[in-house]
Amino acid sequence: MSTSSAIIGWKNLTLGCAILEPGSSRKLKTGEWRSQHPVLDKEKCIKCAICYIDCPDIAYSQNEEGYFIADMTYCKGCGICANECPKDAITMKMEEE
Amino acid sequence: MIEQDLKNFQKITQKSLPTFEGLAQGHRACQGCGEVLALRQVMKALGPDTIAVSATGCMEIITSSFPQSAWNIPWLHVAFENVAAVASGVEAGLKAQMRKGSLPEKKIFIVATAGDGGTADIGLQALSGALERGHNFVYVCLDNEAYMNTGIQRSSATPYGASTTTSPSGKHSIGQNTWKKDMPAIAVAHRIPYVATANPAYHVDLMNKVQKAKLINGPAYLHIYSSCPTGWRHEIDKAVEISRMAVESRVFPLYEVIDGRYVLNRNVKKPISVADYFKPQRRFRHLRPDDIAHIQARVDADWEALQQKVALTNPASPEPEAVSNKKEE
Repeated sequence: MSTSSAIIGWKNLTLGCAILEPGSSRKLKTGEWRSQHPVLDKEKCIKCAICYIDCPDIAYSQNEEGYFIADMTYCKGCGICANECPKDAITMKMEEE
Repeated sequence: MIEQDLKNFQKITQKSLPTFEGLAQGHRACQGCGEVLALRQVMKALGPDTIAVSATGCMEIITSSFPQSAWNIPWLHVAFENVAAVASGVEAGLKAQMRKGSLPEKKIFIVATAGDGGTADIGLQALSGALERGHNFVYVCLDNEAYMNTGIQRSSATPYGASTTTSPSGKHSIGQNTWKKDMPAIAVAHRIPYVATANPAYHVDLMNKVQKAKLINGPAYLHIYSSCPTGWRHEIDKAVEISRMAVESRVFPLYEVIDGRYVLNRNVKKPISVADYFKPQRRFRHLRPDDIAHIQARVDADWEALQQKVALTNPASPEPEAVSNKKEE
């Protein structure tokens, strides 16, 4: 369960409760919140990076072929990418499908 | 002066989006949050040499649930009212340390982020002081038009007619019964070098404005529209679409004020109606046609006033700069 990554003993607290590790929220796998996920049709994709820049969860990254692929560990399934894709190359599918 | 500050300005285009991420994955924002999207784009344009100061608000609670942090850059959380004061302190402290030689000479950008409550209501006095003192920092107001983090209470930036939990619509109430506070105009009144409004639906425009704001010496104020699926009660995949509709209906015009000169970034020649903009948002569902006509008249008058300001401050009146990232049809 994701909450186990957020338990810390008082002996491990830093001075002023400062968080010394940048970007440590990566330990929380927000993909668990998802009820639907984006599916990319590479035939239609023009690699325009609209999905990448419009993703609030920073899930998209470019692969070696130049396609932008969503990381399912962090994608919350909001569907902005599917809604904004100029070529309708992204469709949202329910999780169980 | 400003031309000199902007001589290293390199325009960001859709082909040359910055790869840097100031925020990390795993933040606790709601699905389809338009505010964290705007913040992410701001941080991308600011780059790694940045110190961020956040007031209380959505962006603070979602990025810093102890013991984790979603920030890849040095970050300070402060109270609701003093974000601009703390950012001024950080700026003055760095300046003093560099002068004494205890810190190597380096350009470090300071950004203060707050929501509309932290800017227009609670933090206004500290912001006014910081703008007046002329500290070299960027102030970013992420305007989601109510106190969303505590449960959708009205703020002075809530638009007329919106239903919130403290201005509920009903038989004897239209919802919010006052007009939205014009924060950019208050910032302009301080005669600071740079004020701009931006919108995450026009991300290239937004990132270029952040770049200008960080390069210009002196305070810069950015007012960024950020939609909120939870508070505005719209579909979770519509955040960017509604942001675009806000510009296309002239409700949230995109402009910048460089040393008092107004530049309209997107001249909306054929606006969509305010009713179309209200339709996907359930906070406006109770409005009757005559209420919407009343709001439409106000939006038209505000647009006319903005046009006049542009004409007044640009004697030669050059063509407005086009925003390049319009969605392909």
